[in-house]
Amino acid sequence: MRTIQFRQAIAEAMSEEMRRDESIYLMGEEVAEYNGAYKASKGMLDEFGAKRVIDTPIAELGFAGIGVGSAMNGLRPIVEFMTFNFSLVGIDQIINNAAKMRQMSGGQFNIPIVFRGPTASAGQLAATHSQAFESWYANCPGLKVVVPSNPYDAKGLLKSAIRDDDPVIFMESEQMYGDKGEVPEGEYTLPIGVADIKREGSDVTIVSFGKIIKEAYIAADELEKEGISCEIIDLRTVRPLDHDTILNSVKKTNRLVVLEEAWPFGNVATEITYIVQEKAFDFLDAPIIKLNTADTPAPYSPVLLEEWLPNSNDVIKAVKKVLYK
Amino acid sequence: MKKVTKEVYLKWYEDMLFWRKFEDKLAAAYIQQKVRGFLHLYNGQEAVLAGSLHAIDPKKDKLITAYRNHVQPIGMGVDPKRVMAELFGKGTGTSQGLGGSMHIFSKEHNFYGGHGIVGGQIPLGAGLAFADKYQGNDGVTLCYMGDGAVRQGSLHETFNLAMLWNLPVVFICENNGYAMGTSVARTANHTDIYKLGLGYDMPCAAVDGMNPVKVAEAVHEAVERARKGDGPTFLEIKTYRYRGHSMSDAQHYRTKEEVEEYKKIDPITQVLDIIKEKKYASKAKIEEINKRVTDRVKECEKFAEESPFPEKNVMYDTVYEQEDYPFLSHKL
Repeated sequence: MRTIQFRQAIAEAMSEEMRRDESIYLMGEEVAEYNGAYKASKGMLDEFGAKRVIDTPIAELGFAGIGVGSAMNGLRPIVEFMTFNFSLVGIDQIINNAAKMRQMSGGQFNIPIVFRGPTASAGQLAATHSQAFESWYANCPGLKVVVPSNPYDAKGLLKSAIRDDDPVIFMESEQMYGDKGEVPEGEYTLPIGVADIKREGSDVTIVSFGKIIKEAYIAADELEKEGISCEIIDLRTVRPLDHDTILNSVKKTNRLVVLEEAWPFGNVATEITYIVQEKAFDFLDAPIIKLNTADTPAPYSPVLLEEWLPNSNDVIKAVKKVLYK
Repeated sequence: MKKVTKEVYLKWYEDMLFWRKFEDKLAAAYIQQKVRGFLHLYNGQEAVLAGSLHAIDPKKDKLITAYRNHVQPIGMGVDPKRVMAELFGKGTGTSQGLGGSMHIFSKEHNFYGGHGIVGGQIPLGAGLAFADKYQGNDGVTLCYMGDGAVRQGSLHETFNLAMLWNLPVVFICENNGYAMGTSVARTANHTDIYKLGLGYDMPCAAVDGMNPVKVAEAVHEAVERARKGDGPTFLEIKTYRYRGHSMSDAQHYRTKEEVEEYKKIDPITQVLDIIKEKKYASKAKIEEINKRVTDRVKECEKFAEESPFPEKNVMYDTVYEQEDYPFLSHKL
C-alpha cells in the first residue's frame, strides 16, 4: 500500500469530498494561496478556485460565524483554525451558535460544519500555543469531537466529518502533519464515535487519542520486553465516546491507564474514569490511573516542557503500578 | 420602491397595532407567570419592521435579529399563535418550546432567529448572505442588531469580511437609545452609530425609525444595492422602546418625560393620523381593525394556553441530526 503524510491525508479527504459536493467549501487563514499554514490544503486553490478555497483575514470570530450562518443557508463549510488555540476568540460562534442552533430552533436548523486544525502542544510554543481543548468542546452537547492519530484514520474520519450533518470539531497536530502512514488509493470512510483497538493485549488497557498515543506505543514496546501485554485503544472520537470498546477491554484486562495530553482537571480521562467505575466497578483489580499534563500553563524551556508533558516513562510507571509490579 | 398606497397604510396600521398588542399580552402573561425567562418587548420600534418589510421580497430575502424578536417572524408570515405558544413553553411553539422568548425561528418563512448573545447574530447574517451569493441566489439578508451590539468585536470583523467579499447583506442597527440601562452616549466617544460604516467604506446612513415610510425608503435603497451586487449597507435606524430593556427593568436611567416625548411621535399614531387625514378609512373601519386585532391576540393566547407542553424526549431529539446519538444519562 502507498504511504502518505498526514497533511496529504487531510488534503485528500477535503478534496475528494469537495469533488462530490459543490456546497462544501474551505475557509481559513492561509488556506488558499499559501497552501495552508501546514500545507494541509496544498493544491486545493488550484483545483477548486478562490470561490471554494477562501483565504480569510485574521478574524476567527467573524469567519467562524459566517461559516455557521452559511450552514444555516445550505452550505457545508470546512473552517480551518491555524490552531485551536485561536478558536478561543471565535468560540462564541461554536458553542452558542453551531452547537445550539438545532435544538433552540426546535430542530429546524442543523449545522453541517467542520471546524478543523491542530490541537495541543507542538514544541516549545509556551502557554498560549500549547493547549488542548478536546474536553472543553466535548463538554458541549450539539458538537462532535474527532481526534485522529494517524494518516489513515485522519482521512477516513475527516471524510465522515464533512458528510456529517452535525457540527464536528476535528483536531489534528502540528507534530503529526509530517507523519507517514499507509493510506489506500481508493475511497473509504471511518465511522465517527467508534474507537479502534490499535494493539491487542491482555494485562492492561491503555486508552489514549491524538498524537500523545505514540508515547503509549513506545511504552508498550518496552513493557512487552518484560512480558507485559498492553491493549491500546485509540478513541479517535472523544464525543460521542465509545463506551463499549473501553468497557470490553477493561473487563478483559481488569486494569486501566488513560493517557491524555490535557490539563488534569475534568478532562476526557476523568470522564472515562467515571464511566468505567460506574459500569465495570467489579472488574477493576486496581485504581485507574490518569496521565495528563502538569496542572499549569505550558512552559517554554525544554527542560520544563519535558517535565510538563506525560511521556512513555510515565506510561510504563503507571502500567506497573496498576499491575502492582 | 413599491408605492405606499392606502392599502399599505391600512396594513401598516393593523400590523403595527397587532404587534404592539401582542407584546402587551405577553407582558401581562409574564406578570401572571405564564411566560418566564427574559422578555424583551418591541413596543415603540414597530415602524422599523413595518418599513423594512415593505422594502423586501419575503420569498427570497431573509431576516435575522437579536432577542427582541417576537414580532419579526409574524411580519414574515409565521402564525402568531405559534410564536405565543413558544413563549408559553408549549410543544406547538415555533421551536417546540425549546427556544423561548429569545429564540424564535422559522426556516419556512426565512426568519433565521432570534439570537440571545448580543452581537452573536451579526456574522451569522453575513453568513446567510455568503451562502446566497455562493449559490447564485438573488436574496438579500437584513441583519438587525441593537445599539449595544455595535460595540462588539463581531460587528467589526463582520463588516470587514462583508465588504471584502461584497456580500448581499444590509446591517441594521435599531438604535433605541439604550443598551439595557446604558445610553449610547455612555458607550462611545461619539453617538453617530452609522459612522461605524465609514471605516469599512460601507455605505451608511442614519434613518428616522419612527416613520415607516422613511425606513422603507432607506431599506429599499440598501436592498437594491445588495441585490445588484454592490454589497453591504449599514443603516442606523433611530427608534425608541417604551418598555424597559426586559421585564425586570425599573428604568431609573431615563425620565418618564423622555418616554412621553417619544410617544408624541409614536409610529402607530403617525400612521393613523395619515389614514385619518387622507380619509383612507372611516371611524367605523378603524374600529373594525382595532377589534380584529384584539380578537386575534385573544386567539393567540387561547391557543398558547390550551396547547400541551412538549414531550420530554424533544430536548434530546432536536440536538443532533443523527437519530441514534448516544446521550449520557443524567438520572437514576
